[in-house]
Amino acid sequence: MSESSAPTTQRITLAKAINLGLRAALEGDPKVMLMGEDIGMLGGVFRVTDGLQKDFGPDRVVDTPLAESGIVGTAIGLALRGYRPVCEIQFDGFIFPAFDQITTQLAKMRYRSRGRLSLPVVIRVPFGGGIGAVEHHSESPEVLFAHTAGLRVVSPATPSDAFTMIQEAIASPDPVLFFEPKGRYWDKAEVDLTATSGAGLDAARVARVGTDVTVVAHGPTVATALRAAAAAATQGTSIEVVDLRTISPLDTATIAASVRKTGRCVVVHEAPVLYGTGAEVAARITEECFFSLEAPVLRVGGFHSPYPVARLEHEYLPSLDRVLDAVDRAMAM
Amino acid sequence: MNEPDLVQLLTHTGERVDHPDYSPRVAHLDPEALRGLYRDMVLVRRFDTEATALQRQGELGLFPPALGQEAAQVGSGRALAAQDYVFPSYREHGVAHTRGVDLVDVLRQFRGVDHGGWDPREHNFHLYTLVIGSHTLHATGYAMGLQRDGLVGSGDPTRDAAVVAYFGDGATSQGDTNEAFVFAAVNNAPVVLFCQNNQWAISEPTERQSRVPLVERGKGFGVPSVRVDGNDVLACYAVTAEALERARSGGGPTFIEAYTYRMGAHTTSDDPTRYRSAAEEEHWRRRDPIDRLRTHLTAIGELSQQVEDEIAADAEALGVRVRAEVHAMATPSTRVMFEHVYAGPNAVVDAERAWFEQYEESFTDVPAGTEVPR
Repeated sequence: MSESSAPTTQRITLAKAINLGLRAALEGDPKVMLMGEDIGMLGGVFRVTDGLQKDFGPDRVVDTPLAESGIVGTAIGLALRGYRPVCEIQFDGFIFPAFDQITTQLAKMRYRSRGRLSLPVVIRVPFGGGIGAVEHHSESPEVLFAHTAGLRVVSPATPSDAFTMIQEAIASPDPVLFFEPKGRYWDKAEVDLTATSGAGLDAARVARVGTDVTVVAHGPTVATALRAAAAAATQGTSIEVVDLRTISPLDTATIAASVRKTGRCVVVHEAPVLYGTGAEVAARITEECFFSLEAPVLRVGGFHSPYPVARLEHEYLPSLDRVLDAVDRAMAM
Repeated sequence: MNEPDLVQLLTHTGERVDHPDYSPRVAHLDPEALRGLYRDMVLVRRFDTEATALQRQGELGLFPPALGQEAAQVGSGRALAAQDYVFPSYREHGVAHTRGVDLVDVLRQFRGVDHGGWDPREHNFHLYTLVIGSHTLHATGYAMGLQRDGLVGSGDPTRDAAVVAYFGDGATSQGDTNEAFVFAAVNNAPVVLFCQNNQWAISEPTERQSRVPLVERGKGFGVPSVRVDGNDVLACYAVTAEALERARSGGGPTFIEAYTYRMGAHTTSDDPTRYRSAAEEEHWRRRDPIDRLRTHLTAIGELSQQVEDEIAADAEALGVRVRAEVHAMATPSTRVMFEHVYAGPNAVVDAERAWFEQYEESFTDVPAGTEVPR
């Protein structure tokens, strides 16, 4: 076997894929630095930054004081000085102390400086439920940021996307909210470890081709949608799964192309349905392909209640059954 | 409240006093330099007066006057080296002036034609920040960047750099400001946290922000702290120069409380007569920072009537220019709404821009007699 055909792929978890993506970024650009709580010696509470401080030192992999606004606020200053900080927010529900810095400062600096200032800051957020955590440890706040102009909001669903998207997010001149599906951290897949980029930060992808119903998902619900598609196939229903990958900007073109083909659409996410990603997708699909629709766009997601106690979260999360129920309703109309 | 001592080099009646630590910091300021500080303060006050008038006449949406804080701003601003970087709040017109920002540009935001108004990197003077205290963290992060760039403690005074964050007494209550103290202290960041305690956060006195003199707060964070007479331009210069030198040489952050007074309103939207007494205002009027330096310079025979007249003429010319240039600030093109939201193309922004351009074009006047296609 020649050297060029040596295998470059490895079967790794989504968490390890992000770890290796961060490592590649740290190796590739001396201005890249990581900052967050417990990311150094401990390697992060999910071990996503495992081993990085040991290899890149405490000035590039920084254990910060326990202060989320401080993490993002100082990252803004570092970015103004030419650094590319990658902040870790330990859990989704702890991002709110930093919400002000993210929405009033990080998102708007380029705009209000008329392009003179650039803030290439990445904020990594382990998000979503299904791991039996206590309160504030299982939230899905992605649309709060997608609603803010100036931010890019993305969420990888696979180890392969996690590996390339984290590198693309760090390379982006815009601030990126990088939502990591923590319930999928241990999912494994083959990843090409030589890839520095993939499909980009702006494109959705068709994760499974189908003809009857389009199921749109992102992050942790992509796997749920794929399981639903496999189950539906045994009943003779062909589901096409679109993995959004990006929540802002929304890749309406890819979704619309799928819906024009299938005529039906179900949007699935863990965040509450009210004013959620599904509302945006449904509105845009209605505007763009009204005459291709055979049924209203349906939504499956969380309820308009605070995230429930862990013993009830599987009733709150969009389950295989709830997705299939929505698919059946769409097919019946 | 047991009030801590103020560093003072010029009494409010204009007499020079010695301070063992700080007098040497201003020893090099000759009469020419002192006249320069005086001129700076007079120009900044004239700008302030003009901007306030422009707001009253409906030419500006809002204006936050710095009236009374000229010494704190000019004194500290003139202590900066070119390579130092400043993160202002929104009232730092005097500091902006010392950094070479055209004061007209400061008004672009208040005129409503820009969210910024100048190139921060051209002047090492960041854009104004309106969310109270946010920029104290940006300053601290920038200072951490200087450390990583090897621009602290190298021993080369032309290279080593520091950062100053300006904020008010109200900002000391904000979480971000307190977090900035934490980050600055644990990182030994080369940042000077410069609080202009102007006694009032809109209508709330400092006693509503703190049970102790503000300067005491720095100590809890392990940050060396000093309280200075904020209406004494020499003392403000001296304490800032010392703090900057410590920062640049690797000695870490300093907290300065410049004890001063906002003689005007918080912004042109509030009415100070509703929340403070005429007696209080009179007390501080007698401590006017400009009068103080003028009295001193006159007493030592270094401010002739001719020089005073020249400075007054320069100030008047600035006022006239500010007025004319504010009037000339045009409403930007609607295209500006869609520019620089993101670095590159963005499907949502691009689609909305395209839609809006088409919408605007639909209003284009059609010459009379033209047959309009249906």
